[in-house]
Amino acid sequence: MSLLRLENISRQFGSLVALEDVSLEMQAGELRAVIGPNGAGKTTLFNMVSGFFPPTRGRVLFDGNPIDALSAEARARRGIVRTFQITEIFPEMTVRENICVAVETGAGVNSRPWISRAADLRVRRRVDELVALAGLAAKADRVASELAHGDQRVVEVAIALALQPKLLLLDEPTAGMGDEETEGMVGLIRRLHAEQGLSILFIEHDMDIVFGIAQRITVLDQGRILAEGTPSEISTNDAVRAAYLGEAA
Amino acid sequence: MRPRHAALALLWALLATAPWWLPFVGGYTQLGSRVLIYALAAMSLNLLLGFTGGLSFGHAAYFGLGAYGAGMTLKYLAPSTPLALVVGTLAGGAAATLLGPSVMRRRGIYFAMITIAIGQLFYFIAVRWNEVTGGEDGLAGFSRQPLHFGGLTVALDDTAFYYLVLACFAAGVTVMALLLRSPLGRTWVAIRENQRRAQFLGIPVPLYVWASFAVSGTLIALAGALNALLNDFTSPQDLHWVLSGNFVIMVVLGGMRSFWGPLAGVVIFLVAQDYLSSLTGNWMTFIGLIFIVVVLLFPRGLLGMIRFKAGSA
Repeated sequence: MSLLRLENISRQFGSLVALEDVSLEMQAGELRAVIGPNGAGKTTLFNMVSGFFPPTRGRVLFDGNPIDALSAEARARRGIVRTFQITEIFPEMTVRENICVAVETGAGVNSRPWISRAADLRVRRRVDELVALAGLAAKADRVASELAHGDQRVVEVAIALALQPKLLLLDEPTAGMGDEETEGMVGLIRRLHAEQGLSILFIEHDMDIVFGIAQRITVLDQGRILAEGTPSEISTNDAVRAAYLGEAA
Repeated sequence: MRPRHAALALLWALLATAPWWLPFVGGYTQLGSRVLIYALAAMSLNLLLGFTGGLSFGHAAYFGLGAYGAGMTLKYLAPSTPLALVVGTLAGGAAATLLGPSVMRRRGIYFAMITIAIGQLFYFIAVRWNEVTGGEDGLAGFSRQPLHFGGLTVALDDTAFYYLVLACFAAGVTVMALLLRSPLGRTWVAIRENQRRAQFLGIPVPLYVWASFAVSGTLIALAGALNALLNDFTSPQDLHWVLSGNFVIMVVLGGMRSFWGPLAGVVIFLVAQDYLSSLTGNWMTFIGLIFIVVVLLFPRGLLGMIRFKAGSA
């Protein structure tokens, strides 16, 4: 059974067709990239998987169950966690507090007005692990808004990881990053996939990154799926070369 | 952390000894009680405003309900000060809890508008329901009763009453401090910081706004009940949106990102009011000037700035 399955999804905004008849299947443990020119419908696709808005037609299945009726909050609790193209973190909280809120939410203790020492210790330990995993140890006690852009994006990924997602959706994780920051983010994605077996679906414009780490690639163009396959299949696909890669090169 | 502990110890020492030193700085015990009551009110509002991000312009409703609840208990029910405080607090708290769902999904200006509307509803009820509330003239004809501890009876003169207020203030402040350090409090701050991020972490934001509204309304009702006992009187002005606006001004003056900020705002507001209103009927103009100067010089409020600087140093 596939982890994520989109069945003939369409989405219209008034007369604009953002996605048309898109079907996609992703297996657990997969590292998949979604590429396509601007306006191809990549973020719209993310929005429908994460519950930002529902599809006009078609349905989304997660772990075999239709999830179209579920709110964004309910989907997050089921394990679909996303990041955003424009970083969404808790700016005036420290890095540690950012991650702490997410850990407590993931552990289901965030509604408690009181927390036992033992539970608090478990939370702290998990926060420390995530801080270390994300490479933020030196900046853990700084206010998030004071961090460099690239570090803020890492914080957002760490927040998402704190929920122990079954499916992590990353919307342009390296957008606006310098070379060194990009390298760090790519390394993090690679580690999450290789060491933790995390299923990751990511949108990315940098073809070096896409072809460097993705196992499979879905190419969107003007709201439709143009091609899907392994990186070598995609790089030799004539339709893709004509419509997209040729244009980018 | 050390300077912070020292500052807190000094603050509590000053509050505990206020009836002795207030006369030397031109104050009096009742003014001290009023400062503590309004500080409890403003800090309660700030739990919602500064720490959850909900701008309520109708919190006088719950303050006033606490006042009427306490006053009517003494007048119609039983001559007991503790019972009056409990009934007043529960009346305001119940109203905030029941009305929370009507505001919890709104944001920003819509949140403010609905809270004002609800607040004015209670104001008009108090004005019109003459036989019970005393209408425009207010509710009089009750007075705070001595406290009984076993065989010991304590008459609530101004000084004793100050210590009753201080005890309630300390209890309310402790509840808020503990809540804000808990996972629940962190979730409230996260919602203030970024609602969308919170939502996409699976946090049901409206329920948390509701919880904050209910806690905040309950604690401000306690302040209102104390205020009725301080004056042995309450009036529809204690429910009016002008008072709601004054609470917001006090919070912003002192600094709404700071736990103790509203206390500083209240001290400035009430001391200025007490002093200026003896000189001129236009004292509100001067409060306005003070507000403008503070907002221009300290965009985060008086204490917000101190904390901010300490944090970045």
